[in-house]
Amino acid sequence: MQAAASEHQNPIRRQWMAVLARASAEDMAALLDRHVAVPAYTRLRGPEAGLVMVRGRTGGGGAPFNLGEMTVTRCTIRTASGQVGHAYVAGRDARQAELAAVVDAMLQDPSQAPALQANVIAPLAEAQQLRRTTIASKAAATKVQFFAMRNMRA
Amino acid sequence: MSSDLLQPGFADPVVGAQSCFRALLDAMARPGQVRAAGSDLAPPAPLAPATAAVLLTLLDYDTTVWLDPVAMAARDWIGFHCGAPIVPAIGACSYAVALTLPDLSTLPAGSHEAPERAATLILQVHGFDRGRSYRLTGPGLRAPSLLSVDGLPAGFGSAWQQNHALFPRGVDIVLCAGTSLAALPRSVALQEI
Repeated sequence: MQAAASEHQNPIRRQWMAVLARASAEDMAALLDRHVAVPAYTRLRGPEAGLVMVRGRTGGGGAPFNLGEMTVTRCTIRTASGQVGHAYVAGRDARQAELAAVVDAMLQDPSQAPALQANVIAPLAEAQQLRRTTIASKAAATKVQFFAMRNMRA
Repeated sequence: MSSDLLQPGFADPVVGAQSCFRALLDAMARPGQVRAAGSDLAPPAPLAPATAAVLLTLLDYDTTVWLDPVAMAARDWIGFHCGAPIVPAIGACSYAVALTLPDLSTLPAGSHEAPERAATLILQVHGFDRGRSYRLTGPGLRAPSLLSVDGLPAGFGSAWQQNHALFPRGVDIVLCAGTSLAALPRSVALQEI
């Protein structure tokens, strides 16, 4: 139970899980093949797909409302050395969820974490950041300024 | 969550839960018959494979579960695989998991309007091939059936009689030992022999 509490307080783990959740199975597999040996592991649960209700906030009071359901695939594995890795990814890609869970477990092993961070997480995070900035700059080019309204409000 | 406790559940959750559900259904319909369940499971102590299979089949986030102090050792496994909320009060549970017989009158027995609200006790015993023998009569049994259970206390006959007298209210019991299970629905009358 103490371990569970400290896992919630691990901001670095939160960050790598976010990167893994957005990384495609092909990208993860390619990086793993090139840089690290994947240990033997047992599947504890899944990979299995299910629906998650996405809730938003609405109105001035911020009351919750159900935006809609999205498909989520989750997987939990345990490596031979005893680390338990979890992954929840959007969509139905079972291989992506399994690989993300394996990498999550490996990253909890202090002897493997630095190499993985440098060779797997960093390139994935960089590619995702690049994709985000490209989309943002393309969107920014189409932005329309409503001068009239702005002047009226000012 | 200590990771050495975390063991896998059913290898194929759908097929595993369906075959265990069929075993439970048959056991409930034919009280006294012993069915196989959970032979492919390796659950954490103190759960037997059959107990674990019944939990994986029946429990989910909608069902509250009470664990006796010994079964508490497996709470991480139950929480992870079933997602069932664990309640501290036996009177508030829909399933109770125990390794020694609790007082049946403390379990929710349902009401006359909603007898289905009664709790189901999943009781892990030592075996079905030895121990005290009981003669069962009631719905589903053309002729009385005999059930031997190793692990039920001496006063079980009278405790069960009180529970049976509540019908249609009352608690149902699933007995689990090793990889086999038997059921005592509240409709069955039991006599120690």
